[in-house]
Amino acid sequence: MNTQKKSTQKKRRFNLYAMVWRTPIIVWQLLFFVGPLLFMIAMSFFLVKNYRMIEAFEMKNWIKMFSKNYFWDSYYLTFGLASLSTIIATVIAFPASFALAFKVSDNVRRWVIFLLIIPFFTSYLVRIFSWYVILAESGVINAMLSYVGLGPYTMLNTMFGTLVGYMTLCLPLVVILQTFSLANVDKNLIQAAKNLGCSPIKTIYSVIIPLAKTGLIVAALFCFILSFGDFVSPYYLGGSKPPTLPILIIDTTKSGQQWPRAAVVAVVMMATLITIAFAALALAYKKRASR
Amino acid sequence: MNFIRFKDKPGRAPYKQGREFMSKKTIFKPSRRDVLKYSAAGAAATVLSTPFVHRTWAQTTEINMLAWYGHGEADIVGAYEEANNVKFKPKYYAGGDNMLALIAQSPPGTYDVILSDGEFVQQLNAAGYIDELNPADYNFDDMLHEDFTNFPGHWAAGKLHSVMVRCGHLGVSYNTNAVSAEEAASYACFWKPEIQGKVGHFDWHLPSLGMMSLKNGNGAGLWDLDDAAWNAVQETTMSLRSQVGGFFDYGGTFNSLKNGEMQAMCGIGDWITGVLEKDGAPVASVVPKEGGIQWTESYCIGKGSDKADQVKHFIQYMTSPEGQVKSAQMAAYPGFAITKGGRKLLNEVDPKEAQRTGQVDGMANDPITLIKEGRIHYRDIPQQQSLEDWNDFWSEYKNA
Repeated sequence: MNTQKKSTQKKRRFNLYAMVWRTPIIVWQLLFFVGPLLFMIAMSFFLVKNYRMIEAFEMKNWIKMFSKNYFWDSYYLTFGLASLSTIIATVIAFPASFALAFKVSDNVRRWVIFLLIIPFFTSYLVRIFSWYVILAESGVINAMLSYVGLGPYTMLNTMFGTLVGYMTLCLPLVVILQTFSLANVDKNLIQAAKNLGCSPIKTIYSVIIPLAKTGLIVAALFCFILSFGDFVSPYYLGGSKPPTLPILIIDTTKSGQQWPRAAVVAVVMMATLITIAFAALALAYKKRASR
Repeated sequence: MNFIRFKDKPGRAPYKQGREFMSKKTIFKPSRRDVLKYSAAGAAATVLSTPFVHRTWAQTTEINMLAWYGHGEADIVGAYEEANNVKFKPKYYAGGDNMLALIAQSPPGTYDVILSDGEFVQQLNAAGYIDELNPADYNFDDMLHEDFTNFPGHWAAGKLHSVMVRCGHLGVSYNTNAVSAEEAASYACFWKPEIQGKVGHFDWHLPSLGMMSLKNGNGAGLWDLDDAAWNAVQETTMSLRSQVGGFFDYGGTFNSLKNGEMQAMCGIGDWITGVLEKDGAPVASVVPKEGGIQWTESYCIGKGSDKADQVKHFIQYMTSPEGQVKSAQMAAYPGFAITKGGRKLLNEVDPKEAQRTGQVDGMANDPITLIKEGRIHYRDIPQQQSLEDWNDFWSEYKNA
């Protein structure tokens, strides 16, 4: 009896201890995520009169935006570009991550990860503007191609330019996340696969990728989220041609200060990202069917 | 001299020296030579920093400014601040909509001085955001054109609400290696097949659609379009879409013209190409035969400001010859002097810039001559459609 009471008291103390540590993040999320999100949803029903928002509950903004073809064109474009960015980043990053996880020494891996982190020390906008020098028709790449009689090719203000920007933003992060994920794969299982006659390629597909699945999907998810919400690359390297949803938000707020209509676009973006994130996490943590 | 001394013990490890450094400090005893040496250094530092100290002391009155970028920078207001014991605290905006929103969302009296696009002054006044001005305080007799005194919307019921300080013209901006001066004499050059994918837009519907309206021959009625004329403007604009290489903000426009990615630009004028041209880039801006659009900037005193007298004095300064020259030479983006005194002084102190921009009496591209010839139309807002209609079409156009 006494032992049970002590155990309950201990459990209660433990829960209190855990709650103390949990509280800051809960408060933070409530204040800076849930609160603004609810306000944004509410704002999408407001009206604008004389450049001032009027509190209201009207569907006008939703009807207006959903009835416009340019909204849906931007939506499909943004979704498509973010998906493409995710696929490209995942495919490009994997061989590098694989090499970092399995083929190099710990020391080399540490240095490469440090070098991958370095780009984050500088402003993303500055990094994007630096691509002007490289991608311009009079830039570095076209100058090199001209020596072999090629070009000049238009790379700025194209979807290619936008994707270059997305890679600048996402690729280092995807490589880092994939590397950590692959490095945590139990090497004994890889060795066992080899001992049982599994070819190197089959080992990757049958053993390594399934074991590192969660990290690989999370890396891809981060890439999708960052690309989907990025304003800088499609604007400065893609020439806003055609505009993505973040550019549409800016355009909408610039004209007549239509923050409620911009909120409609933002809510749609959030809903899309939340759906994608839940689907990706469900896939990441889905247990393999036992054979 | 050591401020903190510790006994030197040769051969001791640095770690131990560090511990002594912490523990065995003694009292600072400067020698006479130390005193002389550091007094001299102190005096020198004081002398060298005097201009900055003076500038700091001058910050006695803070004037809150709402303006386009560049108007609160040192090249424009630095000399005025020094001379008048004031310090400008600028808040920059981009576009009249943005300006109105910032004022609407701020308490009365937040902004002491407001630089407004000419066409938005009437909205500022209608909303009660600006104070009435006394016409006797300003030298309107010195204006280069009578329209500058009686600029549309600046007066209401015989009362003055804003004073124009500068302007500029929008037309065809182009790379001189890709488009000839003859071709640039018409907006039709934007459709030149050789520059397909190289035509850029400044990402604001008003000047670009205004130019398309001029291309359609709407002349002085470019903002006053009935349904048929508005549809025609949309058709003309859509026909340009295949030529367009991008939609840019100020930085993007600047870069794409500078690196040659864009060889013609719709919606801008010398306010961007002028900066590049002075830097040696092969770009220019002209007012084509169909006409050009004038952007106009005017100063107002914010309603509820308790520094109205200082602001009045500043507006007087900006319309004085000295202020007009600073405005014409503004680092962020150049504008025309609008007073006779300003033009005269500009020709004396910077004849090259005066020549480059046609601000010389008798030149064919003298902006005042262009206005008198009826080739310049003041930027306005759509008369028969709403700004929202124009913006909706602009979004459709960008997505086409």
